[in-house]
Amino acid sequence: METAKYKRLLPPMRGLARDFYSYCKKHELRFQKCSGCGAWRHVPREMCPDCGSFDYQWAKSAGKGKVFSWSTTTQPMLPQFADAVPYATVIVELDEGVRMATWVVDIPPDQLQIGMPVEVLFDDVTEDVTLAKFRPRKQA
Amino acid sequence: MHPLKDKACIVGVGETPYTRGTDRSQLSQILHATMAALDDAGLKPHDIDGMVLPMPMPTVEHLAANLGIPDLRYSASSNIGGAAPVAAVQTAAMAVALGVAKHVLIPVGWNAYSGAGVRGAGRSGPVGLPPSFGLTMSEYYMPFGLAVPAQWFAWLATRYVEQYKVGLEGPAAVALAARKHAQLNDKAFMRGRPLTMDDYRNARMIAQPFRLFDCCLETDGACAVIISSAERARDLKQPPVYIAGAAEGHPLPADDIPGRKDFFKIGLFFAAPKAFEMADAKVSDLDFVQIYDCFTHIVLLELEALGCCKPGEAWQFVQNGRIELGGDLPFNTHGGLLSEAHVAGVNHIAEATRQLRHQCGERQVKDAELGVVTGFGDFGDGSLIVLRR
Ligand SMILES: [Zn+2]
Repeated sequence: METAKYKRLLPPMRGLARDFYSYCKKHELRFQKCSGCGAWRHVPREMCPDCGSFDYQWAKSAGKGKVFSWSTTTQPMLPQFADAVPYATVIVELDEGVRMATWVVDIPPDQLQIGMPVEVLFDDVTEDVTLAKFRPRKQA
Repeated sequence: MHPLKDKACIVGVGETPYTRGTDRSQLSQILHATMAALDDAGLKPHDIDGMVLPMPMPTVEHLAANLGIPDLRYSASSNIGGAAPVAAVQTAAMAVALGVAKHVLIPVGWNAYSGAGVRGAGRSGPVGLPPSFGLTMSEYYMPFGLAVPAQWFAWLATRYVEQYKVGLEGPAAVALAARKHAQLNDKAFMRGRPLTMDDYRNARMIAQPFRLFDCCLETDGACAVIISSAERARDLKQPPVYIAGAAEGHPLPADDIPGRKDFFKIGLFFAAPKAFEMADAKVSDLDFVQIYDCFTHIVLLELEALGCCKPGEAWQFVQNGRIELGGDLPFNTHGGLLSEAHVAGVNHIAEATRQLRHQCGERQVKDAELGVVTGFGDFGDGSLIVLRR
């Protein structure tokens, strides 16, 4: 956790992004679940691309999933993240079916593998913003 | 027969020198390339009455004012990144075929090396991102240090390599062919700098699995093409190059990569069958392909989208010189974004045009009659044109 002087980029807290990150701040990983057809979705959207419904709930994810794909950033592409290089940028597929861009921490980036089981952890990077990251988990 | 088939032509192509370092502004680069394309076509600035812009800046107003265009009748823009120039050709073809405009300019230029290029986009943060993907990026990617194409297309490449057991010699063959072709092109930034397999393998990692030579160049420069109706093209200076087929396509969803059910289905998969059908052509008819080569692994995916081979087989398809000059299907005969210059692929359109005019000297594809140019942009939008002489 890095609370003092967090200099990395933060999400703009507006619209549906504000809703998503507000739950992260409460240490809850929630995604939109369509009230029309029941489909989970991420990134958040105004309407369901499957059935056209504008109605949804913020449904709670169990926070467990697998590495779907990954890369390691080995050059400082963003100056705000230069201190983090090398870092793994990962797509995690949650058990509920949605996928999200995130980090997997607590493991050297070069040991990541597609299919590796992971679980969510909440990183309170500032007073206002919490990021949902993941770490390896032992398979049940 | 498709109503747009062969109704429009590429009549002029031109570019600035491709450099790293320049005294010219972005606008000046574009104007210089435009004047070169006009000269190539035997036209004057006042002949241009339409523009389709593949980049948001500079605007049509800026360009028209500088060129002194007396009557700009038609303007449009195509904000789908590297897929935009080829998609713009389709839009321009419709405009001239319907008589909405006589001669349509499609220019792209930027000082990607000296100014705000791809790396600059990362530096400047979320402000000013293209609307097509800016929201997803600033809200859900950038907080995780994800801001440049090498990072997000690496997700495709990692999974593609694992799923199909893609050998390193696949992407390497793409990089080496492009560099080999650049040695025959005076305009190529990498002319005089050949690349070996050892150089490729030992280069530094940029974003796993992309090594340095898997990634396109950042250069300063501009390139422009001019589209006219087939009727008008016959009276102009150059042999006309006909737009036989054109299409664009988009992945589902287009604004987010992780959320795709069909992860490898880039926009070109949707576009390619439409353009080939319109052109009444097959991939086996092609004399060359100019493929949008932002990253070598993406070239492999695009070859599969074109139907050159089955999914997962492109890394073997490109072996044994098949995509080199003299092979079955020469690719990026100018060196492409990997070894000529990065002007968002307008240089691919220019090269295809010159190949079909038989103006390419020692890198000329013998008796070239039919070729394809692809575009690939933002999070995987796609476009292609089928061109014939
Ligand atoms: Zn629904």
